[in-house]
Amino acid sequence: MTMADVTLVKQPAKVRAKRSPADRRMARLGLFFAAPSAILLLAFYIIPIVVLCVFSVTDYQLGALSIHFVGFDNFIKAFSDTVFLRSLRNTVLYAVIVIPFGVLLALGVALLVYKRKKSRAFWEIAYFLPVTATLVAMATVWQFLLHPSLGPVNAAIKAFGFEPVAFLSNPVLLIPTMALIGIWQVLGFNMVLFLAGLTAIPRDLHEAARLDGAKNPIDRFLTVTWPMLGPTTLFVVVTTSISAFKVFETVAVLTKGRFGSETLLFELYLEGFEYSNTGYAAALTLLFLVIVLILSIGQMVHMDRKVHY
Amino acid sequence: MGHVRKYLPHLVLALGAIPMLLPFYWMFLTSIRSPSEIFDVSLWPIPRQFDAVQNYSRAASQVPMLRFMLNGVIVCGGILIVQVLTAVPAAYALAKLRFPARRLMMTLIIAALCVPMQALALPLFVGLAKANLLNTYFAMMAPFFLSVFAIFLFHQSFRSYPEEVIEAARMDGFSEMEICWRLVLRGSLPSLAAFAVFSLVAHWNDLYWPMIVVTDTNLAPPPLGMLFFADVESGANYGALMAGAAIITAPMVICFLFARRHFIAGITMTGVK
Repeated sequence: MTMADVTLVKQPAKVRAKRSPADRRMARLGLFFAAPSAILLLAFYIIPIVVLCVFSVTDYQLGALSIHFVGFDNFIKAFSDTVFLRSLRNTVLYAVIVIPFGVLLALGVALLVYKRKKSRAFWEIAYFLPVTATLVAMATVWQFLLHPSLGPVNAAIKAFGFEPVAFLSNPVLLIPTMALIGIWQVLGFNMVLFLAGLTAIPRDLHEAARLDGAKNPIDRFLTVTWPMLGPTTLFVVVTTSISAFKVFETVAVLTKGRFGSETLLFELYLEGFEYSNTGYAAALTLLFLVIVLILSIGQMVHMDRKVHY
Repeated sequence: MGHVRKYLPHLVLALGAIPMLLPFYWMFLTSIRSPSEIFDVSLWPIPRQFDAVQNYSRAASQVPMLRFMLNGVIVCGGILIVQVLTAVPAAYALAKLRFPARRLMMTLIIAALCVPMQALALPLFVGLAKANLLNTYFAMMAPFFLSVFAIFLFHQSFRSYPEEVIEAARMDGFSEMEICWRLVLRGSLPSLAAFAVFSLVAHWNDLYWPMIVVTDTNLAPPPLGMLFFADVESGANYGALMAGAAIITAPMVICFLFARRHFIAGITMTGVK
């Protein structure tokens, strides 16, 4: 679908001059049908966004009696706030680990699963299961799996003769550990998107490439599959990065932001809802929104090209 | 050599599947063995002593685990019902009826698709706090009553419904409500099913919003309940903790195993959102 389709077929403007009773009836019905959603749209999207923008230029604290206009002070403060900057760095580090591994491993798995006929359902289940499972519960399980003395992961590491790894107490390893869980969670989701992309590639293309001398599978992958998967890959990268910037559950379960492991959304949560610094949190929220919107532009470009899964 | 080429993909997939499935295996195994065995880190599937009953009953008694599940059902069900009730007529109007401000509304819906819920949480929280509505089911559900994604999805699907059939139905005296719900929606049942799965999974697993508006343990949906439970147990009793995790994860996992196709279609739709 293109943007033009979404914004509906153009209606001739002159018709409006003299409307028939049937048209008026249809307009009334249309308004009546759309009204509940329009009211909710106003109440839960438009007004909150306006209020958020207003909060962001004030020193409002929930429960405070007075409220002052402070201009862009909140934004200026954010960029000298070590905790916020650390949360931004942590989130970027998380994303930088999750995006390449979450995308490339999923592509690899999808290429292997795609060729399977009889066992495809089994592999789909095995890799997709983490996507459906409640992340809060599974993060608790991971905490136990990675436990320094009780967890099987460290037991295996010790069995191979290495030193046990303090996944959840060494501050340097906290974000990479969370990223590991993030990859585990997102892999099956991306695999399914890639499988849909692979299904959309016409079989003739592979045949043509074979006749053109692309004899081995790697050549065919590079000349046909990979270029044809371009739009899917872009889409997968964008959705993976948006979800990476929203990482929250793993932090809430594993560290609660201790040892300098807060991520963007967790820092937002603390400022806005634990410390009630509403004005400052509103400014941080707007920064978060800008990041997500920039990432979403890629997504909109893709939606323009009509891909439905 | 031929054998290697034939089985190599299976081998690679199997090796990859081990870390994917290990947490589920470990969760289940720990939930049925006795606390004393937890200290020997073995993956052997048969516990020396079955303590499943003890672990699961502890999970259900230490915190109101069944209450969490019920809360999850109420919240997810309530959200889904209102989402469908509001989105279907709106999508029908946008797709098939001409009315003023139609284009404006469509533009706003596309714009709203890009705004994550977390960006709206702060003003919504302040509003609910001012209205004294924190710690209610309403607070947990209200921000999700409107799904712009559902409107977008149904709009895409309704547009392809043949205009002639609608005209014929109008001639036959069908009301617009009947046309919308009984004819047009019926032609889009796969979209409805996919959206239902998407919505249920998303809200069953959501932690962020309930964590903001609910502090009362009795109102907690499963993920928040799990967090409370982990704090109460604080690593003392892994058997019960894993039993709790298994109880919370089970509904979605079991539904997934039975309706794999619908699940994959429904959840990958989040890709669009």
